[in-house]
Amino acid sequence: MKFGVVRFPGSNCDQDAFHVLRDVVRQPVDYVWHQEAALKGYDCIVLPGGFSYGDYLRTGALARLSPVMDAVAKHAERGRPVIGICNGFQVLCEAHLLPGALVRNVRRKFVCRTVHLRTENAGTPWTCALRDAQVLRVPIAHGEGCYVADDDTLAELSAARRVVFRYCDASGRTTPESNPNGSLNGIAAIANEGFNVLGMMPHPERASEKVLGSADGRGIFESIVRHLLTA
Amino acid sequence: MAQVKVYVTLKPTLLDAQGRAVQSGLKALGYDSVQQVRVGKYIEMEVAGDQAAVDREVREMCDRLLANPVIENYRYEVIE
Repeated sequence: MKFGVVRFPGSNCDQDAFHVLRDVVRQPVDYVWHQEAALKGYDCIVLPGGFSYGDYLRTGALARLSPVMDAVAKHAERGRPVIGICNGFQVLCEAHLLPGALVRNVRRKFVCRTVHLRTENAGTPWTCALRDAQVLRVPIAHGEGCYVADDDTLAELSAARRVVFRYCDASGRTTPESNPNGSLNGIAAIANEGFNVLGMMPHPERASEKVLGSADGRGIFESIVRHLLTA
Repeated sequence: MAQVKVYVTLKPTLLDAQGRAVQSGLKALGYDSVQQVRVGKYIEMEVAGDQAAVDREVREMCDRLLANPVIENYRYEVIE
């Protein structure tokens, strides 16, 4: 099983993702330059956090024009796993691999702190090592992480259990205070219809080892490894 | 060569956090008369082609890249 971590100009969480995959969950992993037009031999693609193309025009808007994104779209269409973390989530929305968009945080500030996430669906490739309602402590670091979508899309996401994580408090309750950016319905992570594409604003790669203050994010990487091993 | 001016704005239903911040800045300067501020993007382009082609292409550019129809509206002016 092999992971590919895409590097766009401005990606800055690529090394963190690479480290977790290679050294923590111990899987083969390569960097993939954004000019690559083909993805050969990768089981799972990671679009890391950062500020691709300086977030010019809109977050993720220019990155999705990189040649590699056509290959990522084809990979996703074949039902293969793709995870977009933070800026990667923004890129997936701009590429229409996930619905909705991410806009400026309601309280206008760049927020950089650890939040709690409630696992809303433990039946996905990204959460199969977790359990429903499990609360994770994972950091966020973003200025434009407020998830928005139209009412029909929100209803569809909820009905199909495609909201994979919601922001919550330490006891697992979703409250307005526990929502750090104003995301509609407290959405922190969503999946596509086939659940093989996941977008999440929090950074599980920054919380995959105890030394970092939380190892809860590791469950997401362990889930996808388990899923790929049993698929 | 046509001069094209594109204006991209957040949809009215979305909270414009930037606009709100600018409004509070204006208020700090004493402009209590300001009831609402929306901040958008302004894009200038020079585009070659006849009027119909420019119009068609600019609309496409807006739909495909310059605006995100999920969150933004756009309008444009073409000056020959």
